Amino acid sequence: MALYDIFNISGSALTAQSTRLNVTASNLANAETVSGSPETAYRARQPVFAAELQAARGGLQAPGGQGGGGVQLRGIVESDAPVQPLYQPEHPEADADGYVYRSNVNTVEEMVNMISASRSYQNNVEVMTTSRDLLLQTLQLGQ
Amino acid sequence: MTLSLDKALGPAADALQLHERRTQLLAENIANADTPNYKARDLDFRAAMRQAAGDGGLALNRTSAGHLTPPGSSVGNPTPQYRVPANPSLDGNTVELDQERGRFAESTVNYQASLQFLGSRFTGLINALRRE
Repeated sequence: MALYDIFNISGSALTAQSTRLNVTASNLANAETVSGSPETAYRARQPVFAAELQAARGGLQAPGGQGGGGVQLRGIVESDAPVQPLYQPEHPEADADGYVYRSNVNTVEEMVNMISASRSYQNNVEVMTTSRDLLLQTLQLGQ
Repeated sequence: MTLSLDKALGPAADALQLHERRTQLLAENIANADTPNYKARDLDFRAAMRQAAGDGGLALNRTSAGHLTPPGSSVGNPTPQYRVPANPSLDGNTVELDQERGRFAESTVNYQASLQFLGSRFTGLINALRRE
């Protein structure tokens, strides 16, 4: 039943999107943190999505063995954007020159990310609800 | 005379399977709306249905068990086609979410229609078999 596969497919998408939401929450929470050196400053993280292998193989897959073209979470990468030095000699973390280093989180970008992730999450929940209804109707076939 | 259930049920059973497969593909598209380089796919329902009705041109003959099955040879697994996007995004993703959602809704309604049709075929069969 192809409809059963939808639960796996949309489920993987839900996992991916909630990870994205999680990472965004972590980024937003650390947007204002400062650190004593550029190396230890917080860097924005982003999840990397990839389509699961079977989807890419397309028509070559064996009949009947049509499985999920779900979303795979490849990993989480850190942003390479430069961290911003702030001159704050009175700060306890300041280095010898009186600078602290602010995280490179772009708050606007993260807000957009958050909205996009929650919309995608909603879409997939809706897909799952619809397929569940269809399956329940199918079970009543012939009654 | 034997009763062939396949014949009695007509094309609604094939249609149901195809709608199911199409719904799955559209769900895949929606799930991968944010995946870079994902290419949206869909079924040509008309062509698949024609194939299911046995009008798909010449079929390949498999003379050995080791031969690969030609793609799209069975009713439940026709070859999906890649969509031509109107506005491809920069990351290579060709899912257009609004359209996919519309198609998903359309596909589920079609599924329900086939389901209801199949259900009424069953009711008709049961009525015909029942001794009054």
